[in-house]
Amino acid sequence: MDWGTLHTFIGGVNKHSTSIGKVWITVIFIFRVMILVVAAQEVWGDEQEDFVCNTLQPGCKNVCYDHFFPVSHIRLWALQLIFVSTPALLVAMHVAYYRHETARKFRRGEKRNEFKDLEDIKKQKVRIEGSLWWTYTSSIFFRIIFEASFMYVFYFLYNGYHLPWVLKCGIDPCPNLVDCFISRPTEKTVFTIFMISASVICMLLNVAELCYLLLKVCFRRSKRTQTQRNHPNHTLKESKQNEMNELISDSGQNAITGFPS
Amino acid sequence: MSWMFLRDLLTGVNKYSTGIGRIWLAVVFVFRLLVYMVAAEHVWKDEQKEFECNVKQPGCENVCFDHFFPISQVRLWALQLIMVSMPSLLVVLHVAYHEGREKRHRKSQYVSPGMMDGDLWYTYLISLIVKTGFEIGFLVLFYKLYDGFGVPYLMKCDLKPCPNTVDCFISKPTEKTIFILFLVIISCLCIVLNFIELSFLNTICNPVW
Repeated sequence: MDWGTLHTFIGGVNKHSTSIGKVWITVIFIFRVMILVVAAQEVWGDEQEDFVCNTLQPGCKNVCYDHFFPVSHIRLWALQLIFVSTPALLVAMHVAYYRHETARKFRRGEKRNEFKDLEDIKKQKVRIEGSLWWTYTSSIFFRIIFEASFMYVFYFLYNGYHLPWVLKCGIDPCPNLVDCFISRPTEKTVFTIFMISASVICMLLNVAELCYLLLKVCFRRSKRTQTQRNHPNHTLKESKQNEMNELISDSGQNAITGFPS
Repeated sequence: MSWMFLRDLLTGVNKYSTGIGRIWLAVVFVFRLLVYMVAAEHVWKDEQKEFECNVKQPGCENVCFDHFFPISQVRLWALQLIMVSMPSLLVVLHVAYHEGREKRHRKSQYVSPGMMDGDLWYTYLISLIVKTGFEIGFLVLFYKLYDGFGVPYLMKCDLKPCPNTVDCFISKPTEKTIFILFLVIISCLCIVLNFIELSFLNTICNPVW
């Protein structure tokens, strides 16, 4: 199991996404997953080996490293990407469930006029309406929450997005306040800012997609209420005409029965 | 042979699972297998190299490391993943056996892949019970071996050839604790899913009864 398999899972959702959703998936896999795998992992590869403290005291380096980096940047990004991609699986499960139900009805002979065979059901593009709209919207909402939470955790853990080249550490067993030097701080800062910018772009895309979906629903509802407003006038006219017709036929009958036999 | 093999095997199980079984599979793939491969493995990569004891006596570090970590947490995690996925293969083997019989007798045994009839219901039930047993067993083993689910930053060691009680420092204890807690939470979620599936299976009618 690796990023490629996650890409296959999420890529399947691509067919049922909006255009903004498709852009989001591309940004996630090209600007975040790929950068993480081909570049960022190399930069952080030797992070503990090359973390050096100005002391010979055994254990001081371990303790200081653990204090300044409770969770490595790389691991936090990997977890962020996994959590942010997971809501799309909800949509994939919903579509799979909808297809399963349609196939069951087809086997019972209910939807034969809509689909030719089971393959047709599998190929059909499911529209984002009804309950799927709610699933899709909640998945976008959760994505936004996860992105924002991870960005906040990052900011909180590392006091900002910039890595200093020296840190002062005085935790036991360090004998006094020692200088500890991080390996490649500038390169790490560059990648951190890149990944944070990509996160911000993804968040903006998600917000735009949410607004688009809400506007679509409002627009559809207003169209429906407009057609309903035209329709009741027509039925009112019809029922009044029917009443008049009844009155005419009743009076006609009375006129007939009123003839002296 | 790698984790891809396990992934391919388990993908075949998906067809014959209930809805909750499929959710369980998704949780195992995404939150356990993927997290293990892209993150957890790297955290424990240099665990012995960076394990340092406050002593120059040769052999002391080796002995202390071996005493505190009889089996590495990350290896236990991998074993747990393998053992927990294996019972699902019983279902695959059962279906393959029946399909072989169908070909020989030229008649269909199962109405559709999703239907749980006759002995497949029993095989699925047994696989669920064994899966849950393994999950709980490994969690208990984890707890007993490492005295809880936390990793301390410092451990005291006085085994031979260490001359006295020395301080030994573990590398990345906080990160390791976070990943172990993550593993425990996802294991508990999988146990809950298994229990829900067990109660759901009881509501599917069993033709033999």
